[in-house]
Amino acid sequence: MADPASLNTLAAIDPVGDRTGAVGHMDGPRGRRPRRTVSRANIFLYGTLLVVSLYYLLPLWVMVMTSLKGMPEIRMGNIFSPPVEITFQPWVKAWAEACTGINCDGLSRGFWNSVRILVPSVVLSIAVASVNGYALANWKFKGSEVFFTILMIGAFIPYQVMIYPIVIVLRELGLFGSLWGLVLVHTIFGMPILTLLFRNYFASVPEELFKAARVDGAGFWRIFLQIMLPMSLPIFVVAIILQVTGIWNDFLFGVIYTRPENYPMTVQLNNIVNSVQGVKEYNVNMAATLLTGLVPLVVYFASGKLFVRGIAAGAVKG
Amino acid sequence: MSTTHDEVSSLADGPSVPARRPVRFLRNWSAKLATVPMIATALVIFVGCTGWTVIHSFTNSKLLPKLNWAGLDQYRRLWSTPKWYVSIENLAVFGALSLIFTLVIGFVLAALLDRKVRGEDVFRTIFLYPFALSFIVTGLAWQWILNPELGLQSVIRSWGWDSFTFDPLYNARIVIYGLLIAALWQGTGLVMCIMLAGLRGIDEEIWKAARVDGIPTWKTYTHVIIPMMRPVFVTSLVLIASGIVKVYDLVIAQTGGGPGGASAVPAMYVMESMFSAQNLGQGFAASTMMLLSVVIILIPWAYLEFGGKKRG
Repeated sequence: MADPASLNTLAAIDPVGDRTGAVGHMDGPRGRRPRRTVSRANIFLYGTLLVVSLYYLLPLWVMVMTSLKGMPEIRMGNIFSPPVEITFQPWVKAWAEACTGINCDGLSRGFWNSVRILVPSVVLSIAVASVNGYALANWKFKGSEVFFTILMIGAFIPYQVMIYPIVIVLRELGLFGSLWGLVLVHTIFGMPILTLLFRNYFASVPEELFKAARVDGAGFWRIFLQIMLPMSLPIFVVAIILQVTGIWNDFLFGVIYTRPENYPMTVQLNNIVNSVQGVKEYNVNMAATLLTGLVPLVVYFASGKLFVRGIAAGAVKG
Repeated sequence: MSTTHDEVSSLADGPSVPARRPVRFLRNWSAKLATVPMIATALVIFVGCTGWTVIHSFTNSKLLPKLNWAGLDQYRRLWSTPKWYVSIENLAVFGALSLIFTLVIGFVLAALLDRKVRGEDVFRTIFLYPFALSFIVTGLAWQWILNPELGLQSVIRSWGWDSFTFDPLYNARIVIYGLLIAALWQGTGLVMCIMLAGLRGIDEEIWKAARVDGIPTWKTYTHVIIPMMRPVFVTSLVLIASGIVKVYDLVIAQTGGGPGGASAVPAMYVMESMFSAQNLGQGFAASTMMLLSVVIILIPWAYLEFGGKKRG
C-alpha cells in the first residue's frame, strides 16, 4: 500500500454522476430525424433487459403476493399468482403478534430496537468520521496518513477476526450487551469508509478558502463548523444514506453485541422465520420480511442517485 | 492538498522570527485531539484486536482466552476437522462461481445499458434495488421461493413438467447453488453500477474509431473495451472477493448451514466455535485463516494498484 490516496478511486466511482443524459452526447440535433426501427438487435437488447428485470423483480412480487394471501390459499395455490382474496391479517400479525421465544409482541419490538440503535449510531459515526476526514484533509500532521492507511486496510479485515476481542473491550467498558455498545461498534466499523468519503470531499474544497479563514484567525473547530459544514450538505446526505441502510441491514453485530431484549429487527426477523416450533405461516413470514426490508427500500427509492453514489463509495464495506 | 497548514506555520516559525518555538507535539493540538477516535480505532481495533486474535490462535484457549502456548495445535486440529473442509470447499465453489457470474452478469448488464437504452434509469433501479436489502431479507425471500413443496418447484410441476426437480435447500449436493442464486440476485447490481461507470469513462472517440475501422461491436468489447477497463475489473474483483470471504448472514437466513451442515461456511465455523461450542482457540485459528485468505487476495491487488508507481 504505497499511498492511501489511491484508494480514492473507489470513492471517485460515480456511476451516475451527471452522465445520465447519455443520449445527449451529440452537440445538438442535426440532419434528418432517424426512424426508430425495430431492428433485431433492439429486440434482443430490450428482450434481454426485460427478462433479466423479471429475475430481479420476481422475489419482490412473490413476497408481496404471499404476504397478502391467507394460509389455505398458499397451500393450494401457486406462489406467483396474485391473491384471490386480499387479506392484511398477515401484516398485522407480523407487526404486532408474531412470537420469538416467549415474547409475542411481533416485529414492532425489533423495529423500535433498530430505530434506537440506528439514530445514535448514524449521528455518532458521521460526527466522528466527518471531523476525522476534515482533519486528514486540511490539518495533516506527522503520522496522520499512517493512521488513515491502517484504517483503510482495516476495512478489509473480516469482522470475525475482531469480534471476540471487541467483546472483551466492551465488557471492560461496561457496555457489553447494551445499545451503546452496539452504537460504538457501528461507529468503529463505519469509520473507514466514512472517513474516506469525508476526507476526499474536504480535500476537494478550494484551499484558498481554508487559508483565508486561517489568516482571519479562525481555528480548527471554527473553520469546520462555520465554513466546511455549511458547504458539505450533499456529502452528509450520502453518508446518512450509507449508514442508515448499512446499520439497518446489520445482523452480525446485532446478534453478538446485544441481549435478546435489544435485538435489532434483522435478528428478530431471522428468529421469527427460522424458528423451529409451531406451524410455518409463510404469509406472516413474508410480511415480516417485507417490513424489515421496507426502511432500506424507502431510502433507496427516495434517494435515487445519491444512493448509488453512497454505495459506490461504500462498496469497500460490502 | 498541495500545501498543508503544517507547512504554512513552519514558514512563519522560520529563523527570522526570534520568538519561542512552540513544542512540535502540541502544534495543531486540536486537530490531533479530534483524530483520537480514528487513531484509537486504527490502533486498538484494527491492529490490536487483530493481533490479539492471531496471537491467541496459537493457544489452547477453550471457554476463556488464556495465553497457554500450544503452537500450531489449533491449526492442526482445524485442518483435520471435516466440517472445516466442508466450509472451505463450499466457500471455494461458491466463491469461484459467484465471482465469475457476478463479473459476467455485471458487465453484460452494464454493456446492455450502455447501448443508449431508453428507460435506462428504470432498468438500473430494478437491477440495483436488491442491494439495498439485507442478506437476511434476501435469504428469507429465496428460502420461500425455493421451498420444494410450495415454491418454484411445485409451480413448474403444476405446469405439466412433473419430473422437474430443483430443491437446493433440501439437497446437500446442490444447496450451494441455491445460495448462489440469492447472492447473485443481491450483489450483481452493485457490480453493474461500477462497470457502467467504467464504460461511461471510456472516450467516445474510441467507439467512433472502432466503427470507422469496421470492427464488430462484440469484438470492440473483447479486444478494446475490456482491456481498457482492467482497473475497474480489478476493483470489482477485490470487492466481490472480500465480500465472499465474509459471507455469513445469507447462509444463516437461507439455510442455517443445512441440510445437515452441507452449506456451512468458514465464518459460521468461527461463530460456532467462539459462541456456542466454547472452543475459542478453534475460532481464533479459523478466523486467522479467513484473515490469511483476505491477505492473499489483497496483496496481488495492492501490488497491481500501487506497485511501482506512486500516485497522488
